[in-house]
Amino acid sequence: MEVKKQTVDRPLDYIERIPGGAIITTTVDRVFGWARESSLWYMLFGLACCAIEMMAAGAARFDLDRFGMIFRATPRQSDLMIVAGTVTKKMAPRVKRLYEQMSEPRYVIAMGSCANAGGPFADSYAVVKGVDTIIPVDVYVPGCPPRPEALINGIMELRKKIKEETRTEKSERVNAGR
Amino acid sequence: MSSQIKTDLIEINMGPQHPSTHGVLRLDVTLDGEVVVDCKPDVGYLHRGVEKLAEMRSWVQFIPITDRLDYLASMLNNAAYVGAVEKLGQIEVPERAEYIRVIMMELQRVASHLVFFGTMALDLGATTPFLYAFREREDVLDLFEMVCGGRLTYNYFRPGGVSRDLPAGFYEKCKAYIKKQREKLSEYDDLFTNNQIFIARTRDVGVISAADAINYSLSGPSLRGSGVAYDVRAADPYSIYDRFDWQVVTREIGDSLSRFLVRVDEIKQSLSIVEQALEAVPEGELKCRTLPRMKLPEGQIYYHIESARGDLGVYIVSDGGEKPYRLKWRAPSFINLGALNSMVKGWKVADVVAILGSLDVVLGEVDR
Repeated sequence: MEVKKQTVDRPLDYIERIPGGAIITTTVDRVFGWARESSLWYMLFGLACCAIEMMAAGAARFDLDRFGMIFRATPRQSDLMIVAGTVTKKMAPRVKRLYEQMSEPRYVIAMGSCANAGGPFADSYAVVKGVDTIIPVDVYVPGCPPRPEALINGIMELRKKIKEETRTEKSERVNAGR
Repeated sequence: MSSQIKTDLIEINMGPQHPSTHGVLRLDVTLDGEVVVDCKPDVGYLHRGVEKLAEMRSWVQFIPITDRLDYLASMLNNAAYVGAVEKLGQIEVPERAEYIRVIMMELQRVASHLVFFGTMALDLGATTPFLYAFREREDVLDLFEMVCGGRLTYNYFRPGGVSRDLPAGFYEKCKAYIKKQREKLSEYDDLFTNNQIFIARTRDVGVISAADAINYSLSGPSLRGSGVAYDVRAADPYSIYDRFDWQVVTREIGDSLSRFLVRVDEIKQSLSIVEQALEAVPEGELKCRTLPRMKLPEGQIYYHIESARGDLGVYIVSDGGEKPYRLKWRAPSFINLGALNSMVKGWKVADVVAILGSLDVVLGEVDR
């Protein structure tokens, strides 16, 4: 009997071919990691200028859909929060609330200098100096504003991180508030 | 019968995280059933203290901060601030720089109105026009990138000129873009502007009369949608706008559809101005000599231009030093937002989105 060639993407550690199909031997972490990284739905949540570049990244030329990424309007359905723009002191409690409304596993990208460290407004009386002072951040994307290519690079770094992180590591990280 | 049943008024929040409030605007909406009784915009979620920051920066250092106020129309912000500095310092601008500035300002207006077109469609539930508009906007951003290296924040204008010359190949690329955009505009009309659902959602929704619009101090396309032909480019000409052949676009009714159509027609007018300016760019100097830490004479000045959102004014008080003593930004978005309450009263919650979308506010400018 001819064994069909399998074209299975990750995670494949070992494929055992049997007549009529194949068995994939892998770990639970690999399967979960693969599922999590492959459809990161991001929250439609723009704060300032960077949000326009985030929209551009989702639109025709840069097309985030090819990563399985679609924007969701509610935190309850989102896996990824892209903090795109200046976090002000008035907005900070709302950003925290939105983060808390997302369900685990959740990830955060700080997009742009403002979200990283206050950016050009760092000496302003109204601006939070970095979103990592209120919520844990996974990936920092520098730039003012970062180009869509830079954001996509940040997303790919996050995907790498998700793929490699085991479930116990993630839950330990969550418990430690990192 | 149902109208006799008394119901309690409820108060709901739209925002600060809401897909249709264009950023971090919170609307405190009081509802009777589904009908809006009252709507209080709560602003300040993006207040960055820009006017205070101006007092800590030199005249030239503040230009990049202006980029980040109305981030959909950075070139126009540059133009307003730099224009005010030039008026205060009585700095001459070379002819060639003026033409380049007009090209940039009008391309920026096109880019900004394209974003409006896309987000307005997105607010009303149509996803495809958003992708179309952003596809064409990328071409404008490519032109800006050729000229100054930035996609969104340009920092291109300088007191007395612009930072660098038009690169080789700009003329041809810009011509090609204008041709392409004109073709695409008719595609937009077929796809969206003449769409029955869109027209049903916006026609006669959120009407504001010409008298009310003037009393609320509306400006820009939101005012011209009510039939008032006020455009700073024509009413108080600045730069070299009096040399071009163009019209102030108006619509009579003052509903959401009128405001939308004014912007779509303004894209055509802007393309025509860019075309005329491209043909007439003279050779010559680009920038007068301005020092990085220049001093401006003591005094105060008000300078205003027609931004993509309306009458954008800059008021500067100088004590003769290297920095502004006080800077005030007259943000058209903020003032247009003031009319929202009177426009949404009596309409349903879903119409709030259509009306707010047609005002085209940018929160970076509202909160400053």
